[in-house]
Amino acid sequence: MSATYTPIENTPGGKKAAGPVGWLDDRLGLAGVAKKNLRKVFPEHWSFMLGEIALWSFVVLLVSGVFLTFWYQPSMAEVVYDGSYAPMRGLEMSEAYASTLHISFDIRGGLLMRQIHHWAAALFIGAMLAHMLRVFFTGAYRKPRELNWLIGIGLLSLGIIEGFAGYSLPDDLLSGTGLRIAEGMILSVPVVGSYLSFFMFGGEFPGDVIIPRLYMAHILLIPALILGLIAAHMLLLVYHKHTQWPGPGRTEKNVVGYPMFPVYAAKAGGFFFVVFGFTALMGALFQINAVWVYGPYNPAEVTAGSQPDWYMGFAEGLLRLMPNWESTILGWTFSWNVMIPGLGGMAFLFTALGVWPFVERWITGDEREHHLLERPRNAPTRTAFGVAGITWFGLAWIAGGNDIIATQFGLDVYAMIRFLQVAIIVGPILAFVITRRICIGLQRQDRDKVLHGYETGIIERTPDGGYSERHQPLPELDRYTITAHDRAPALEAAGETDENGVAVPASRRARLKARARRFYWEGVVDKPTAEDVEHADEHLGEFDGHPAALGQEFRGVSETGVPKSH
Amino acid sequence: MSDDLDKSGRDGENLPAADPIADPGLPEHQWRPTDVDPAQERRAERQVTGMFLTAALLFVLFVVAYFAVEVDAIIFDYSASNIALGVTLGGGLLLIGMGIIQWAKKLMADHEMVEMRHPAASSKEDREAVMKDINAGIEESTLGRRPMIRNSLLLSLGALAAPSVVLLRDLGPLPYDQESTVWEPGMRVVNDVSGLPIRPSEIEVGQLVNAQPAIFFPQDGEEEAEISGHSQLAPKAKAAVIVVRMRPEDITPEAGKENWGIDGILCFSKICTHVGCPISLWERQTHHLLCPCHQSTYDLADNGKVIFGPAHRPLPQLPLMLDSEGYLVAQSDFLDIQGPSYPEIARHQEKLDSES
Amino acid sequence: MRTLSTRRRHRLAGPAVLLLGLLAAAAVYAVVQYAVLSPATAETDTVSARDVEAGQELFLVGCASCHGVNAQGIDTRQGGNYGPPLIGVGAASVDFQVGTGRMPMAQSSQQAPRKAPDYTEEETRQLAAYVASLGPGPAIPEERWLDYAAATEEDVTRGGEFFRTNCTACHNSVGAGGALPSGRYAPQLDGVSARHIYQAMLTGPQQMPSFSDEVISPEDKRNVIAYIKAVQDEPSYGGVGGRLGPVVDGIYVWIVGIGGLVLFAIWIGAHGARVKKKS
Repeated sequence: MSATYTPIENTPGGKKAAGPVGWLDDRLGLAGVAKKNLRKVFPEHWSFMLGEIALWSFVVLLVSGVFLTFWYQPSMAEVVYDGSYAPMRGLEMSEAYASTLHISFDIRGGLLMRQIHHWAAALFIGAMLAHMLRVFFTGAYRKPRELNWLIGIGLLSLGIIEGFAGYSLPDDLLSGTGLRIAEGMILSVPVVGSYLSFFMFGGEFPGDVIIPRLYMAHILLIPALILGLIAAHMLLLVYHKHTQWPGPGRTEKNVVGYPMFPVYAAKAGGFFFVVFGFTALMGALFQINAVWVYGPYNPAEVTAGSQPDWYMGFAEGLLRLMPNWESTILGWTFSWNVMIPGLGGMAFLFTALGVWPFVERWITGDEREHHLLERPRNAPTRTAFGVAGITWFGLAWIAGGNDIIATQFGLDVYAMIRFLQVAIIVGPILAFVITRRICIGLQRQDRDKVLHGYETGIIERTPDGGYSERHQPLPELDRYTITAHDRAPALEAAGETDENGVAVPASRRARLKARARRFYWEGVVDKPTAEDVEHADEHLGEFDGHPAALGQEFRGVSETGVPKSH
Repeated sequence: MSDDLDKSGRDGENLPAADPIADPGLPEHQWRPTDVDPAQERRAERQVTGMFLTAALLFVLFVVAYFAVEVDAIIFDYSASNIALGVTLGGGLLLIGMGIIQWAKKLMADHEMVEMRHPAASSKEDREAVMKDINAGIEESTLGRRPMIRNSLLLSLGALAAPSVVLLRDLGPLPYDQESTVWEPGMRVVNDVSGLPIRPSEIEVGQLVNAQPAIFFPQDGEEEAEISGHSQLAPKAKAAVIVVRMRPEDITPEAGKENWGIDGILCFSKICTHVGCPISLWERQTHHLLCPCHQSTYDLADNGKVIFGPAHRPLPQLPLMLDSEGYLVAQSDFLDIQGPSYPEIARHQEKLDSES
Repeated sequence: MRTLSTRRRHRLAGPAVLLLGLLAAAAVYAVVQYAVLSPATAETDTVSARDVEAGQELFLVGCASCHGVNAQGIDTRQGGNYGPPLIGVGAASVDFQVGTGRMPMAQSSQQAPRKAPDYTEEETRQLAAYVASLGPGPAIPEERWLDYAAATEEDVTRGGEFFRTNCTACHNSVGAGGALPSGRYAPQLDGVSARHIYQAMLTGPQQMPSFSDEVISPEDKRNVIAYIKAVQDEPSYGGVGGRLGPVVDGIYVWIVGIGGLVLFAIWIGAHGARVKKKS
């Protein structure tokens, strides 16, 4: 830190820049915008950076994608390959595949950019999902942020479509097989399936237009939509200001953190370079989608282990798990075995995510704005739903890779399918029940810590020979942080009696809502009241007979007997 | 303004009771070692500068690697160019990022700031003012008083949907030929890739031949196949077959299919009836055929019946016979529609059944 | 070591030790697996009557308990068999099954796994000679069809086409193997000798269908082998992994990618050491 600081406008460089900056401000009114935002406060927590990973991987995708477009040929016209990769030389293939091989083997840095692009794509969707889970489990989607939640879901679904389009572009055997499966799913759309398929492929599968069409969607249409939604997502973030964790001095009415300029800008900007650098290192060291081993697409060929990229794995798994139902009604054939898992699974996931904030608001009747995050344990039912959802997604994903898992671990694919068919229904229910119990247990532990202090690990012997563990009150800051959350509402049997205690024929809606409320809050351990705390403090204060004084830094001892400190 | 934040409660009731522990307020700022120890500060400064300088060096090395390392050079069984370019570029970027972050963490001021929030909703005055403006606009536009103009405008905008949709009509033709393939009576079943016709004597029990209709390969004396190049892909996606030979006593043909094979040689569609993956994972002892994509399993000794997995319809069988030279040929096209199901399949199948 | 011991109580010490242990176990496993499965070099000589005799002796000791004293097979009461009849399976079949260690089986299971062979090259040759003498069957392939190094570039490309049409559905496009019903599997092709690949195509061991020389000519079989060897010997251009397809890539995405970047995020958000007062 230098002792004296010269304001930038007085430095030689600043003096030179004053003219052009003034010129710009005369026309754009930059100072007005900058005044509001330069020192805007962003709270800091590692989990707030998951969305940033997604944002920066998208930038990496744009940069690496532009590079790839210089050589990639979105054409299904036939060429004879004569590039560097010997085992394919002389083979007839589409220009799309030949140009992908060209990028991989003949362009310096081409393979690197391809791998960066693919890793970044997989990371983009992974980071979006992780960010979404963070927002879900902390209740950050609550009023006023429901719209931003919906925009996020739009981004996630667009990201998945964008990823699938990109996966299809190399026109190798793997991506062609993926398209074939997509065609089967389109055919399963009731009544109009055949028409959709013929329109999409410009005739019979595979036709010669699907690659150019997907290319247009992949480099223009969907990225433009994603960019627009990202802009809206960020604008709303700035308008609402970021949520924060509760803590001393951190309330619903303020936001505590570091200013946009310089600290946050440095950390976020630095993180961009970290994400780019990290992705580049992955592209340098880890191989992804070695297109050359698959060969050109041929509808009569397939390879064992034909899977979609990870984010479509759950849809692939659902296709494998579905029983083989198909029925014909009034002359129309309905392929439930494809439609329900293939189209229904995706629709179910995004619908469930989209309506959740509104369902929860209806249940809790909570109309307030929320800027403080909730710890997952303090919303046990929400957390349980989330974990059930993750379990569902995870089991479906496992089913999507069951042949790989079976060959790598010597399992039976049939047995895996039969097990997963049951597990995909039972698993989420179990996960729900267990998670809610764990949350409630943690709530109880929190309550105990606030009221009775924490366990120090010091065992004391009383004069009459009994043993007990000494408890020590939590520091005031921690006690406040633990209890800084909403109180659970009193659950009344809604609508059953009027103000005179006379039973009213409650509407079904009200009864349903009352039941949902009971379900949502069932078993929740509320935080202690001020009286509870006062009472407990008296009790805790009674003990003072310990021979050794415990310093301020003391935080109990670990299992191995080593003192823990702050 | 900020008082509005907690005015409306849950259903207007059950407002959270006072917190059991009073908010102690923001804790006092604590200093970092770099704030108090000039040696630490200088060390951090050196660290950050070192990272930036190393990054610059790595970028120079990137350029060197770009020109010095051949694109097909190999190191440790990996592409040397890929590793050299990726590690220098990625390492440099990573170091820039880490340097900036380290700078922010260690040297930039780290006093936390407090900013007040405002409710997301606009103020009552703003809402009233906007409503006034909207009403004035509607009044001045005469929109409210002239329903005919309004309705006809809405109608014309609605009608704009028609050209927008119709324009997409030529994305593709209407569905055609979904129930038929290029197979026709007397067409030879030839080995895929080599295009050679097949005699029954060349196939032993337990053998699998991935085959195609002869139309995809140049036949005796022809320069080029009738269907070749890219235009092969669509018909191939429907016509690909597998020929297998089992012991005749193991096969239980359905009524009417007894003479579809030749001494235990049967021919089935290679396209899964689930979503269309090509299938040829045939087990010679169990006679089961597994689809590698979604694990539908068909029993080829039992008319291609589905015995496991998500596929619904049995695998269509291509009736075989021998031509005058003793080669395998098709008796006809598939009598059951091959490939994944589609909405009209039941009706198309009925039509096929009535024709045959 | 001192720095190590002072950090043994670090929050991340447990996970770090676990990770190291797992990596070490994986390394040991990889080395052992490679040692067990590394290919034996093959050499076949001409067959003599003495070979047949010696083969019969070996057969009676090592094979007859399942396949019967005259190689006629032994039926079970349920109509299956302990061991199938071997009359007419030919020398190629014996050379494949015994040469890849599949026979004799260590225990009955869905499928005989590949393991280190129990018989020497010489003994295998004698066994093959004996079984071949029982009835006509596919013989051990001629050397010229195993010399895949002689394949030209066009041959390799053509072999690739045959490979993708006939083999990849089960064995995967890099020969990594694949799953079959009921716990069976198509084995991986890494380290399998040209002779054994040829014999597998010719005889169709276990559930594998056969591909007779009339339908896929010996030369095309050689081309397929050449392609397999070319793909397996080629560098892993893009870096580590990536040959098992998108499922494994997905695991990398979450563990290396998201995992690594989250560690960076934790570093950015961490507050680090603090002091109470500014001196």
